Formats: sequence, C-alpha cells, structure tokens
Amino acid sequence: MITPRSWLPTPVLSILLLIVWLLLVRSYAFGQFVLGGTLAIVIPLLTYRFWDARPRIKKPFKLLRYGLRVLGDIVTANFEVAYLISNPWRTLKPHFIEYPLILEERFTITLLASTISLTPGTVSANLRMDGKSLLIHALNVDDEEALIEQIRERYERPLKEIYEC
Amino acid sequence: MQLVIEAIISLLLIAGGVFVFIGSLGMAHLRDFYMRLHGPTKATTLGIGCMLIASMVYFWSVEGKPDIQEMLITLFLFITAPVSAHLLAKTGLHLQLPHIDTTEGKPVELRDEEVGDKPVPHPDRGHG
Repeated sequence: MITPRSWLPTPVLSILLLIVWLLLVRSYAFGQFVLGGTLAIVIPLLTYRFWDARPRIKKPFKLLRYGLRVLGDIVTANFEVAYLISNPWRTLKPHFIEYPLILEERFTITLLASTISLTPGTVSANLRMDGKSLLIHALNVDDEEALIEQIRERYERPLKEIYEC
Repeated sequence: MQLVIEAIISLLLIAGGVFVFIGSLGMAHLRDFYMRLHGPTKATTLGIGCMLIASMVYFWSVEGKPDIQEMLITLFLFITAPVSAHLLAKTGLHLQLPHIDTTEGKPVELRDEEVGDKPVPHPDRGHG
C-alpha cells in the first residue's frame, strides 16, 4: 500500500490522469484544466488504498524494448489464433499449464499475467494464493516445457531485470 | 495521394472486420469455455486496433491534424482485455466448468477434493 502523503499520494498518476482527461475532451480551455485537475486530485485520494506501491523502474530502455516486443507479439498472436480458429481441419490440443513464477512483486506478476493473456494462444487463468505459480490455459500446445521456457526467457526474465533485480 | 490514403484506410477496415469476425467465430464454435476465451481476447484486440488506426488516418487526412483519442481507446482496450479474460477464466474455474476431454494437464482448481470452499451452484445445473 502507498503511504498517504498529504493531499497528493501519487503525483505521477495525477499528472497522467490530467493528461488523459485533456486528451479525451480534446480541449485545452482553462475550465477543462480546472475540472481535470480536480479529478486528478480527488481520484487518487479515493483510490490510493487499493494501490500497491509500484516498484521502481530500474532500466527504462529495457522497458521500452519489452513494450515493443509485446506489441509485435500481439500482432503475431492474432494471426496465430485467427489461423487456429478458422482452420477446420486442425485438431486443437488445449492444455492447462502450471507456470512456476520467479517474479515476486504483485505488480510485476500482474504485468506478466496481462502479457500472457495478450500473446500467442495463452490466457492466464488463475494466480495461486501463495503467489508462486500461475495457471495458464493454452489453446494449442505440442510441447509444454518449450512453452514454459519461452515465456520464461521472453517475458519473465526481462520483467525481472526491469523491476526487481 | 488521396487514393493511397483511401486504400490504406479500406485495407485496415477490412483487416479489422476480418479479425473481429474470426474472433467471434471462435467464441461461437470452439468446444469449451476455456477455449472460447481465446477468440475475444486476442483476435478482437487487433481487429479493433486496426479499425481505430483506420479512423485515426481518416480524420488525420480530413481535418489535417493528428488525433490521438483513438490511441487512448486502444490503450484502454489493451489494459482491460487481459483483466476481463483473467476474471472470466477464474470464474470458470471456480464454477468448475467442464472442458473437453483432450485437454491436458489437471489443475488443482478443477479437482473436487482440493478446492477449499465448496463450489457455488452452477446457474443452470445446480451442484449436480
């Protein structure tokens, strides 16, 4: 939990909210600044109790590279899934996979789970209560070990490097 | 120039439509709940992304200034799609929805004896 710090518990989030508000209303009139500014102060005050402290980004450039890689993977994931769905002759081999996590922070695990859901043929189904393994449902798997290895090398290690070590 | 832009826009729109269609097709005809989840989470994200980019290019060429509102929609979509998919999958596991027999792997969540609480009654079938 983020410790309450006077009236502005999460300054970055507040600035982000103001920017998003201005972009959404597409106007930079003074009134919109006042309204957006009020929201940017009130929303974090109401919600900071639910937020985990965000771990510091240690390697911003790696984060950028990670983002681009995920974006590319989303595109290939879509083609793959579209192909799997639309090919009537292919028998799918769905698979529940238990993925042992090496990440520890809740925030980074959330990032990893979202990435898994957005990329090729996998949906993260359940995070175990102990936070040590993730249940993944995969649409079509030939080699379970290879998939785990792929997720480990492609997503989890970079995330670990960016945030945790 | 106008022609090129129009070609790009129509290509993006068609690609988007095809992806969204395939996503919905997957939701309609895949065999079990967990497999159906894959269609809407992935194919649809790219489909809607394509359409939004098309809209962005269109208004850019008509109004002459770039507009990033569509980018915001895409961003929100990328943030919310995995979360809703995860919650749906979690609910499915909690209700112990059946999966097709060829599914490999036996998650603890679907074994009766190891789930701590009794599963809530299925909306259609009760506990049976």
